[in-house]
Amino acid sequence: MNEFVLDFERPLIELEKKIQDMKDFSSGEDIELSQEIKRLEKRAEKLRAEIFANLTPWQRVRLARHPKRPYTLDYIRLIMEEFVELHGDRRYADDRAIVAGLAKLAGRPVVVVGHQKGRDTKENLRRNFGMAHPEGYRKALRLFRLAAKFHRPVIVFIDTMGAYPGIGAEERGQAEAIATNLKVMSHLPVPIIVSIIGEGASGGALGIGVGDRILMLENAWYSVISPEGCAAILWRDRAKAPQAAEALKLTAQDLMKLGIIDVIVPEPLGGAHRDFKAVAQVLKGKILESLEEISSIPPERLVAQRINKFARMGSIVE
Amino acid sequence: MEWFQKVKRGLKIQKKKDIPDGLWIKCESCGEIIYKNELERNCWVCSKCQYHFRINSAQYVQVLMDDGQLMELDPDLTSTDPLKFKDTKKYSDRIKAAVQKNKMKAAVRVGAGKIAGRPLVAAFLDFSFLGGSMGSVVGEKIARGIRHAIEKRCPIVILSSSGGARMQEGILSLMQMAKTAAFLGQLSDAGLPYISILTHPTTGGVSASFAMLGDVNIAEPGALIGFAGPRVIEQTIGQELPEGFQRTEFLMEHGFVDIIVPRSELKEKIATLLEFLWDEQA
Ligand SMILES: [Zn+2]
Repeated sequence: MNEFVLDFERPLIELEKKIQDMKDFSSGEDIELSQEIKRLEKRAEKLRAEIFANLTPWQRVRLARHPKRPYTLDYIRLIMEEFVELHGDRRYADDRAIVAGLAKLAGRPVVVVGHQKGRDTKENLRRNFGMAHPEGYRKALRLFRLAAKFHRPVIVFIDTMGAYPGIGAEERGQAEAIATNLKVMSHLPVPIIVSIIGEGASGGALGIGVGDRILMLENAWYSVISPEGCAAILWRDRAKAPQAAEALKLTAQDLMKLGIIDVIVPEPLGGAHRDFKAVAQVLKGKILESLEEISSIPPERLVAQRINKFARMGSIVE
Repeated sequence: MEWFQKVKRGLKIQKKKDIPDGLWIKCESCGEIIYKNELERNCWVCSKCQYHFRINSAQYVQVLMDDGQLMELDPDLTSTDPLKFKDTKKYSDRIKAAVQKNKMKAAVRVGAGKIAGRPLVAAFLDFSFLGGSMGSVVGEKIARGIRHAIEKRCPIVILSSSGGARMQEGILSLMQMAKTAAFLGQLSDAGLPYISILTHPTTGGVSASFAMLGDVNIAEPGALIGFAGPRVIEQTIGQELPEGFQRTEFLMEHGFVDIIVPRSELKEKIATLLEFLWDEQA
């Protein structure tokens, strides 16, 4: 099989493969072999803990980009009971880099919006690697307004390297599309739960990311700019991305300390891609908990609290 | 050797002729030599080619506000270095240098004043202060300016000139986009007008938040306005960008700018728009 493996997870993956091979070979009667398997399993467990307990920010960025990582549609499939995708911004086009629609979450109708990356080259071309154009943000905006009209909570999944920097995107007003979403989301009279599931870069992420509760997966990252972009500008060298990742304080733990996110969602040891179902179940639980906390707050107070939440963000000296 | 010295001397003489004692300034666009006082009278616009020189926030206050007066709100708000950010230089050193060079503490001036006799709140981003970038302090000062306008029930004018969010404050800078947009939502709810003036350049996190949200968006001619920077776009798509791409006139053509107004007419136009939009309350 042609598995994608990150350099720092390779020793573990190789050991796991060896164990699996031995298990396949063993009939269960060979005591010596079973003992060897046990021994190797212990070693794998230790190795797993060693590698993943002390990930650098840059390693987390690479885990967040793991091509096998669960994407928005995976979470929708695993968390929601039903999903009807709605297409298009009614202005220009249907941007496949953002999926949106109506769904049921624990029996309750919700509106869902999220960036969607492709699994392979063909799908990535169609979905533009999860990098949205203005029509993607305007499709999201249409769904936010729909949610307000029918009093449905909004569930958002963020996973993007950024809003797409291209000619068409500028012609059709990328800046205006994102700005309008920020203004409308900050005042939307229904609960908004945002989950950062993979990558969260700049205005392209925030453009669907203003909410009452911000959840973040343990190995996701969220920043004003990608580490590569930051390195290119401040260090004049994209290869300095690992340093930039360190400096930007973009991990879930950092963002918790900075008061940006509310919940860190733990991933299985080794990353979300190792067990879709497990991470989806944990995320579902956290989304429901968050929704529970705010669903009885009257709309006016909910909006006031949301504005306050963002008003407090920042660091200044009077 | 002799030839080299000659050229050198020649250059020197020519340079002297160009700008004698700072009284004359050469237009960066057409090369016209302009008398400095005349340029100032003309709001720093070349009288020959209409090139708009980049000016700082203090100069914009002179151009737009009655009697050049702005009662600054929170002039002492200062950036901290919440991430202890260091690239090739420490962020804290960059702030110190910018404060010293610009004789102001942040990349924006926000205050109360009058335009054509109408009381309002005005904010001026300053490109000469770390590229006018928006960090916590810029976001906070804009937000407080909007709140002040709501409290006083008066309009707000924000003049943008910024490369975008301030990277050295990381995610906290990004969140200023949400903060300023949220406060503008409250201003809308209060029924108060917001006039956004986009000058060269207005890009990134500033264009993708308050700068694009004016009830009326005015732009100076020839300004670079967009979300992504032209270099990033060129690198992404691997081709050269068309002439005039992301300039004011392009934005107007695509429907994102209401009016193009030369700097010398800005003040008058703001006054007219406010009169049309809003009845001052006693
Ligand atoms: Zn000129």
